[in-house]
Amino acid sequence: MSVWRGLMRRPVAMVGLVVAVAFVVLALAAPLLAPYAPQEMVPGGMTADGSPLPPSEQFWFGTDVLGRDLLSRMLYGARTSLLVGLVANGLALMAGTLIGLTAGFVRGVVGSVLMRSTDLMMAFPALILAIVIAALTEPSLKNVILVIALVNTGPVARVIYAETTSLAEREFIAAERALGAGTARILFRHILPHLLPLVIVWGTLGISTTVLFEAILSFLGVGVRPPDPSWGNIVFDGQSYFQTAPWLVFFPGFAVALVALSVNLVGDALRDLLDPTLRGRH
Amino acid sequence: MPAYIARRLVQVALILLGVAAITYCLLYMLPADPARMVAGRSATKDQVELVRMQLGLDRPIWEQFAGYLWKLVQGDLGRSYLQRTQVTDLLAARLPASLLLMVGGIFCELAIGLTLGTIAALRRNSVLDQGLMIAALMFISTPQYVVSLSLIYIFAYWLGWFPIGGYGEFKHLVLPAIALGLLGGGWYARVTRSSVIEVLRQDFIRTARAKGLDRWRIVSVHILPNAVLPIIAMVGIDIGYFMGSIVVVESVFGWPGIGQLTWQAIQQIDIPIIMGVTLLSACAIILGNLLADLVAPLIDPRIKLR
Repeated sequence: MSVWRGLMRRPVAMVGLVVAVAFVVLALAAPLLAPYAPQEMVPGGMTADGSPLPPSEQFWFGTDVLGRDLLSRMLYGARTSLLVGLVANGLALMAGTLIGLTAGFVRGVVGSVLMRSTDLMMAFPALILAIVIAALTEPSLKNVILVIALVNTGPVARVIYAETTSLAEREFIAAERALGAGTARILFRHILPHLLPLVIVWGTLGISTTVLFEAILSFLGVGVRPPDPSWGNIVFDGQSYFQTAPWLVFFPGFAVALVALSVNLVGDALRDLLDPTLRGRH
Repeated sequence: MPAYIARRLVQVALILLGVAAITYCLLYMLPADPARMVAGRSATKDQVELVRMQLGLDRPIWEQFAGYLWKLVQGDLGRSYLQRTQVTDLLAARLPASLLLMVGGIFCELAIGLTLGTIAALRRNSVLDQGLMIAALMFISTPQYVVSLSLIYIFAYWLGWFPIGGYGEFKHLVLPAIALGLLGGGWYARVTRSSVIEVLRQDFIRTARAKGLDRWRIVSVHILPNAVLPIIAMVGIDIGYFMGSIVVVESVFGWPGIGQLTWQAIQQIDIPIIMGVTLLSACAIILGNLLADLVAPLIDPRIKLR
């Protein structure tokens, strides 16, 4: 609860939290809020010579190259973008924590193998790896999520590993062991609760990374495929028209930036409040 | 020192071997079929099989990989499937453009990051400090394609100060370099701020103040070298990170570098090029880290190589 109070005392972080929650609500309420269906080519949605319409009273965010309402597409796109970001981040967090925890606690051959494979994964440039895999697998939402989760697992695993090894050597763990506690008890009652702050911080900051990843992959045309809208692929569809129809790039582009920014603001504040490796500084 | 470098180089070789093996397996496990891609959409099944044989893709995968490795140690990355050229030649032709862009990107990120970070630290906890740090977070949070397209729209299309795309002169470099460096600039602003604040707390700064040195002299002679040099030493790490971002930035600006080559190769499933770029990027990441580790003790003698 003290974390919550700490957060309340940071107005910038609170703004971030409110904006992030607002985006989730908008995404959930998309069917209620969207004035048109996301795929609907609205009659009168284009100029006489077939160009997209700029923002107006009828179309708040303008229309796209097929005469579809951009606001509606962005509301539904928020569902895809946030879903991909949140699920991929959740998977990366779980896998990373599991790997880091096992490697840090079990050590030995298993630990070495796990951490050396993590090091190996991190020798790949994450973006190139993600683009290659996303481009060469069957295009599906599931694959996009898995790819993004895969390239984001390494950093989490490394952080959790470092913290677990330092925890495992503390005296209270040795004491617990001397008292006859089993591995499972030590892991779940003692190590995991101490890791929780780190997991929360990385889990929050990770959301912005995965949402940005989805946006970049979809922008390159290898993420979420049209006609399903996502914030990245709306820009992919509209980028060749962007000199005459800049709203097709700017609204979805800044939506991504805004979500990433607000999540980062919250994550930053949480790190100041929670991260044990930072405690005592500043 | 020589022993340290030798040990690190062995590590580098092992990691590269691992990267090569994983990429190779990955490219063959994925459902996309390069033979079909090379033969074309209208090719018959027999023609596709013929192409597969010509490319050597019908042999068992370990045999192909052994052949690839044998050539690799001789400095041969194989031939591109579609461009019918040696991959090393293709990479060598594209490398200067990408390096130029990266140098521009590093310059921009340092210029942005060090300036904003130092100002924020000297005015810490003021409104200016908070504003600058939110700006830095904004740079970090904005996807690079949005930055690229915004820069093109404002400075090339609207104001007409720079060309929309192209390559060759200094004016072509400005916008892509900013687009590449802005994100890193945000990171460096944050790191610089905490580093400068750390130095400000040291006793020798208090002494310098007590001696009555003027403010500017304290900042330029005593604070900045101590706070900023360790940060500049980390630049090596960015090279690997840039290998990914250039795919986006180069494709938006039409910059004829490795990023663009990679992007084309991925769409055409040109495996030798994808392999070559992945290995090159892994090299860049590893050597960048090595460089950062080697430079650190030169700047701060307290750091010892182990």
